[in-house]
Amino acid sequence: MSEYVIKNGHVFDPVQGIKGDKADVAIKDGKIVTNAGPGAKVIDATGKTVMAGAVEIHAHIAGPKVNLGRIYRPEDKLFTCTPTRGMERMGGGNSIPTTFKTGYEYAKMGYTTAMEAAMPPLFSRHVHEEIRDTPIIDEGAFPVFGNNWFVMEYLKNHEIENTAAYCAWLLRATKGYAIKVVNPGGTEAWAWGLNCLSINDPVPYFDITPAEIVKGLIEANEYLGLPHSMHIHPNNLGNPGNYTTTLDTLKLAEGFQAKNKFGREQVMHLTHTQFHSYGGTNWGDFESKAKEVMDYVNANKNITVDTGNVTLDETTTMTADGPFEHHLTELNHLKWANCDVELETCAGIVPYIYSPSISVCAIQWAIGLELALMAKDPMRCFITTDHPNAGPFTRYPRVMKWLMSAKAREAQINAFKHKDKVLSQTSLGTLDREISLYELAQMTRAGPAKSLGLASICGGLKPGMDADIAIYNINPDMPIANPEDIEKAFTRAACVFKSGVEVVRDGEIVSNGHKRTLWVNAKVKENPQVMRDINEKFLKYYSVTQANYEALGHHFVPNPYAIEVDAVQ
Amino acid sequence: METVTITMKNPPALYLEADNVSPDAFAGKTAAQIAELHVYEGNTTGTLGKYFDVNGNAGATAAETKIVVKGDVKKVKYLGFKMSAGEVVVEGSTDLYAGAWMTGGKMTVKGNAEAFAATAMKGGELVIEGNAGNYLGAAYRGDWRGMKGGKILVKGNAGSDLGMYMLGGEIVVNGNVDVHVMTHAEGGRTVIKGNVNSKVGGQLVEGTIIIFGTLDVMMPGYKYVDDVELEIDGAKATFAHFIGDTGERHKKKKGQVIYGNLYKKI
Amino acid sequence: MTKTVTDVICPFCGTLCDDLEVVVSDDGKQLLEVYNACVIGTEKFLHSQSKDRVTRPRLHQPDGTWKEISYDDAVEYTAQMLAKAKKPLMYGWSSTNCEAQSVGNEIAEMARACCDNTAAVCHGTTLIAVQDIGIPSCTLGEIKNRADRIIFWGCNPAHAHPRHMSRYSIFPRGFFTGKGQMSRKMVVVDPRVTDTAKMADVHLQIEQGRDYELLNALRVALNNEWLPDVVAGIPKEKIREVADMMKSGRFGIIFFGMGVTQSLSKNHNIDEAIALTKHLNEFTKFSIMPMRGHYNVTGSGEVFAWQFGFPYSVDLTRGFARYNPGDTSSVDLLIRGELDAMFTIGSDPGAHFPISAVKHIANLPSVCIDPHLTPTSGVSKLHVPVAFNGVETGGNCYRMDNVPIDCRKVVEPPEGMLTDEQFLIKVRDRLKQLKGAA
Repeated sequence: MSEYVIKNGHVFDPVQGIKGDKADVAIKDGKIVTNAGPGAKVIDATGKTVMAGAVEIHAHIAGPKVNLGRIYRPEDKLFTCTPTRGMERMGGGNSIPTTFKTGYEYAKMGYTTAMEAAMPPLFSRHVHEEIRDTPIIDEGAFPVFGNNWFVMEYLKNHEIENTAAYCAWLLRATKGYAIKVVNPGGTEAWAWGLNCLSINDPVPYFDITPAEIVKGLIEANEYLGLPHSMHIHPNNLGNPGNYTTTLDTLKLAEGFQAKNKFGREQVMHLTHTQFHSYGGTNWGDFESKAKEVMDYVNANKNITVDTGNVTLDETTTMTADGPFEHHLTELNHLKWANCDVELETCAGIVPYIYSPSISVCAIQWAIGLELALMAKDPMRCFITTDHPNAGPFTRYPRVMKWLMSAKAREAQINAFKHKDKVLSQTSLGTLDREISLYELAQMTRAGPAKSLGLASICGGLKPGMDADIAIYNINPDMPIANPEDIEKAFTRAACVFKSGVEVVRDGEIVSNGHKRTLWVNAKVKENPQVMRDINEKFLKYYSVTQANYEALGHHFVPNPYAIEVDAVQ
Repeated sequence: METVTITMKNPPALYLEADNVSPDAFAGKTAAQIAELHVYEGNTTGTLGKYFDVNGNAGATAAETKIVVKGDVKKVKYLGFKMSAGEVVVEGSTDLYAGAWMTGGKMTVKGNAEAFAATAMKGGELVIEGNAGNYLGAAYRGDWRGMKGGKILVKGNAGSDLGMYMLGGEIVVNGNVDVHVMTHAEGGRTVIKGNVNSKVGGQLVEGTIIIFGTLDVMMPGYKYVDDVELEIDGAKATFAHFIGDTGERHKKKKGQVIYGNLYKKI
Repeated sequence: MTKTVTDVICPFCGTLCDDLEVVVSDDGKQLLEVYNACVIGTEKFLHSQSKDRVTRPRLHQPDGTWKEISYDDAVEYTAQMLAKAKKPLMYGWSSTNCEAQSVGNEIAEMARACCDNTAAVCHGTTLIAVQDIGIPSCTLGEIKNRADRIIFWGCNPAHAHPRHMSRYSIFPRGFFTGKGQMSRKMVVVDPRVTDTAKMADVHLQIEQGRDYELLNALRVALNNEWLPDVVAGIPKEKIREVADMMKSGRFGIIFFGMGVTQSLSKNHNIDEAIALTKHLNEFTKFSIMPMRGHYNVTGSGEVFAWQFGFPYSVDLTRGFARYNPGDTSSVDLLIRGELDAMFTIGSDPGAHFPISAVKHIANLPSVCIDPHLTPTSGVSKLHVPVAFNGVETGGNCYRMDNVPIDCRKVVEPPEGMLTDEQFLIKVRDRLKQLKGAA
């Protein structure tokens, strides 16, 4: 059956500006089409909400640090593993789900595309093996560039063309999607036990600043015209007072214009902004600076952000911000894993419990919500939990409940042991905005898709786009009696289509579909200098040969979807 | 207190996992209903009634339910699993996970218990009249939150890895103990009336260890402080008092470092 | 005429050297020479050319002889065994590729089996320690480029990982270590005077069974606390000297092996070594890395972990994954008589397990997938030889530092032989039929 028509649902599609009108959505051969054929199978969506499949712009779901997290946390799976059942392989993991569980849980919530937020290039095979074993959802992965030896050496001399050539080469060698930057310069410093906490701290030996790295990579990104912008996790994550570093980082985008053929308008995507919106000078006077950060973001249209909402769970933090993780283990004394990766990056992992009885955690929770509620353009502010750092992605429906219901937020605030701190240190108590279903569609579908350069493919219901569709048991015509119904509806979609295949029905997996791996193939003109530099570094400094680094056989990426970029100038 | 007696009649070829033999799982059920509870032999699911004779009805609640286990249950795991109240008496020896994850009630094993008894115990009482295996009152793999409360008494000997990651509660062993006692502990107390091999209190952040017998090799992280008199189970004796593990991190209270305390009878 | 295949990955130990060159005949059927490998790796390639290789499955007969059977019959025997067993164990996996592991996992899930790899008798205790305390580590290239303090604790790379010191840890001139061996100080902790110990700047000839105490003493020294005169046979002055040497470096690394993972204290040794490493990070940069033995035990653990959630000793008998070495681990399962079928692949438990466990393998329905004749194949009921992974077939493998490298096929296997993956796919498909019919 390749023809369907979803009839009579309340459609929310920011791509076409449809704000809840009753409309039919027709599917044929994997795409959305204008009209249903006579033989189309009817899906009755009367009284239900219809949106495009959601797009996860930033989560840690596939790769070496995710798997080290699984390996080192057997207690994350104690008594909570799910059995083999029908179509579903067995699964497990509360904060770090196994790959099968990851695919099923995203699909059941109506997510159809997800981006692995940080791929260490040397380990790209591992990332792709896990992506291949994650059912249903399309995925891509972002290689990290912000502590890369080639990048730092080229950008020290502002060699943008060489940087761009290297980036294009690395994207192809790793089948990567975008230029990701994590704690620029600071993670290379961490290989010596040091860090860069401001954008002007020079990197030991390489003698380049984070500011130069960030600006250089923005330039390289626009030189290439990639679908997504430079995607950054700024310096100084997680420290009280760090909002100044965040503003400094955001300002680096000033003056840059997006250049690409994909409809992308931002030159910088700043991720898990909650962790970067802290005021105060220590954990005692810790306060929110969400307003200061969002005032800037609202006023500067060449930036997109995602929230990084805290969900108040026991979870696992994992990031390429190695020095931060060391700092965290010194604070909470929980088990710390770390892996410095030659010439490229690092990863750190520490479990964390966001307890509602700790005032700092409650304030963090509030900050994540403030960011979304203060966003003037929902097409530029997306909902994430930086899974699993601020909470598991399976809590998205709960985050949506908090954003869509002031009553639900109030109930949570009242349940905090230090409610007074939440009210005094943040402005969440003054915000009564409730995100609408249309805005939710912007913040979880159309917005992230556009930011990723995928606006013509997913995130909307316009004919010609992929038939990635989610139907929820929410009737917009009826007022929501109980906010828990929001969470319930988004936890288990009534029906989900991925590329025109019905994958979820009544919250159950009915097909694995044909997931694809999205990657970007950027062509640049031949650059013998960069190739020579690559040859030399493999010969002298890497611990694998160049031929073995580059080999990414078909079996790693069985169903690739390459986005071609022509940057031959 | 209502008593349900289960008697092994049909020994398994392999081993049985009897997660459902607990006052909590039996509560409110008749003997016939209890006989229908699931029991697992490898990848097959059977009923309790297939392997045991079940006599007596349970009480209305776990607290009002006593279970007596008779016959050869040396190949039965998980007796008393997650019990929160009531009583379980095993008349002979049993296998792994006796009283594991229990939060209350009282369990007695008249014979020996194998490894992983009282894993992550939170409350209640476990008495093992014979010997206990390895990992008595230890945390589950990877969990920094081990035994939090309750009391364990072993009348015989215990194995290795006793009280790993212990946070609270008390373990008393009348006999001897192997290696690794209260490794990584952050609270709780262990009393060893007999001898212990070595690696006692390694990486301990906080907690108390009292040894009556010999200790083969003291961890280098323990330094002698003074001699003290302690009263244990009504008897007074003099102990050499050590603090440690000096290689490990410790909390501070009012500027004072809080070490673990190891007492060895002089 | 011949051709040379370059960038070949050696499928023997966890060093996973990837700079080998193998000369093969033009028709790709004969392997002639191997360059750059150590003695062990060279032999791994060359011995695949033995003229007396077993090339077809063989079934153990009641009179003790072996009868050759077809691969299809071997598939049937294996699938039937797994379908009927209440608690089968699928063990080994460390000398095959991740693709085969993945198919094996499908089979284990369908058969509701226990599955385990050689970590169970090797670095499983390391994994237990990592689960209890974490692990600050790095890739081998970081050692090459930065490390100036190298400690080998309870391992003998000169014999067990012969090219480790020349490719990564002692001799290379890396980016920040241009003076090579002269940039580095080497410490060996081993009760024996091994060939590795002879190279060391400091050899701590530790008293056996007291590694946990010595590691603790080093941490005590870092805290400037009181020490007894002698710990583990080492005088306290020496202990403080070594602690200072470690602190004074720019980037240190502790490599460790069976000397601590499988001696008294096991995982606690590794736990305290990791604690020491973490502790040293208060002074300078320090990392720690296990010297994994088999060339893809790491990979087996990775695939188990992302598919089931645990790196080894995984029990799927209840239809969902459970893990607790001591309960779910292979040696315990065998010795306690918990199993009713044994499937071995890519390993040799017959040689490496306690004899009391091997006796159980001999008494159980058992299948052994291995190109060689081994103690395991000798006691199993069915022996299925397969192509040599990394020689006659490619496939992804993970190095001791978790870096994935895709092994290459350099030569054809003997006519008609299957690879692990091909055999397992047939077993999976047959088992699916048997389970579906039930």
